[in-house]
Amino acid sequence: MRSNVSEYEMIAPRTLDAVLQTMAAKPGEYLPVAGGTEVMVMLGVGKLAAKKLVSLGAVKELRFIAERADTVTIGSGTTFTDIRKSALIAKEFPLLAQAAGWTGSIANQNRATLGGNMVNASPAADSPPALLAYGAEVEIVSARGARTLPYSEFHKGYKKTALAADELLRSITLPRRFAGYFQRSRKVGTRNAQAISKVAMAFVAKKDGDVVTEIAIGGASLREMPIRCAATERALLGKMLDAATIAAARVALAGEIAPIDDIRSTGKYRVQVIGNILEDFLKELAGS
Amino acid sequence: MAISFVVNGEKKTVDVPPMSRLLDVLRDDLHLTGTKEGCGEGECGSCSVLMNGELVNSCLVPALQAEGATICTIEGMSKNGEMSPIQKKFLECGAAQCGICTPGMVLAAHHLLQKYPSPTMEQIREGLAGNLCRCTGYQRIFEAVAECGKEQSELIATSGAK
Repeated sequence: MRSNVSEYEMIAPRTLDAVLQTMAAKPGEYLPVAGGTEVMVMLGVGKLAAKKLVSLGAVKELRFIAERADTVTIGSGTTFTDIRKSALIAKEFPLLAQAAGWTGSIANQNRATLGGNMVNASPAADSPPALLAYGAEVEIVSARGARTLPYSEFHKGYKKTALAADELLRSITLPRRFAGYFQRSRKVGTRNAQAISKVAMAFVAKKDGDVVTEIAIGGASLREMPIRCAATERALLGKMLDAATIAAARVALAGEIAPIDDIRSTGKYRVQVIGNILEDFLKELAGS
Repeated sequence: MAISFVVNGEKKTVDVPPMSRLLDVLRDDLHLTGTKEGCGEGECGSCSVLMNGELVNSCLVPALQAEGATICTIEGMSKNGEMSPIQKKFLECGAAQCGICTPGMVLAAHHLLQKYPSPTMEQIREGLAGNLCRCTGYQRIFEAVAECGKEQSELIATSGAK
């Protein structure tokens, strides 16, 4: 049943500082809302537990793409449309641009933010695989100060993150070092617009001759949270790209994932399909 | 809470809870019932409106986040009782049947044509992918938008020739 909107309070500060002060005063009481594309759905079905919300929509300082010599930093309030419009991201982080185009429809991409997608922490979210494959770092802020964390340590379990009750994700930083790398990602869903992933994988690699010299694989809908496929990477690093290695990588992947049966698919199907995707990427890498 | 924004060129102030859906504010408080509710969860696009020129699903916009915004609904597309060129093309091409998706389709088409004045079929398909239609099978809608694009490119070509 739909929620009674009159039971909900919302404030919309204009500065990050004001948001952080609000969150510090009563940690956990205010739920931050960026584009609202998740929170409003929860409200619609009567499942929005937080009765007080703090809107980030008016906080302009969270919406930016900053280019530095060695890094690109994206504000957590940057929309997927902003990301798709960025020539820099299209050129240097094509897997993130691709994921932005997969996230909901145009109308949702106009509202939904990169930070919201990450903090909402769905195991099926579209942006995490690319961010994991690129070795992103996140900056977390609160009234107490700021800290950084490798994004691979941000997700702690099903819909659980490293954020404390008074903390907010401020930005995501990507290293600019993937020119010339083999980069691929694929999402398997039911419909082009806004289908939620059955499985997804982002894959960044480099080889010397037939030997894999660098590899990073991020996946969605493979476990209870977005993951970096570390065991699969270990099965590939320093190995010849032959049939035996590919078979071993599939075994390693199957061993480190635990996809579930749900309304979108079955665990068995997901294991098979993600293995096929990995094999496709590896064969393409071998032939590149 | 008093929330003010501009709708179809007119400044409006409503007194609603801040988490009210923009969709309900438009329909119930401002009586702009051209905006339809389909799924209520951002999947179908029938509640699409333009907010500060961007296509949004009004069922997913909390009213407070529309404070100070400029909003255009389907009622704002026609001028002095005259349909917009996109609406005329929908009519000519038989792109509307039951009509529930039509307001959202027209606004999504408008947003698309602003971005790509003469869109390719692929751009049309992507631009309208967030709007579901259960009657037409989409083909006539795509044709209507393609026709708009064709006319616009003809206009551009003719003006360029002068």
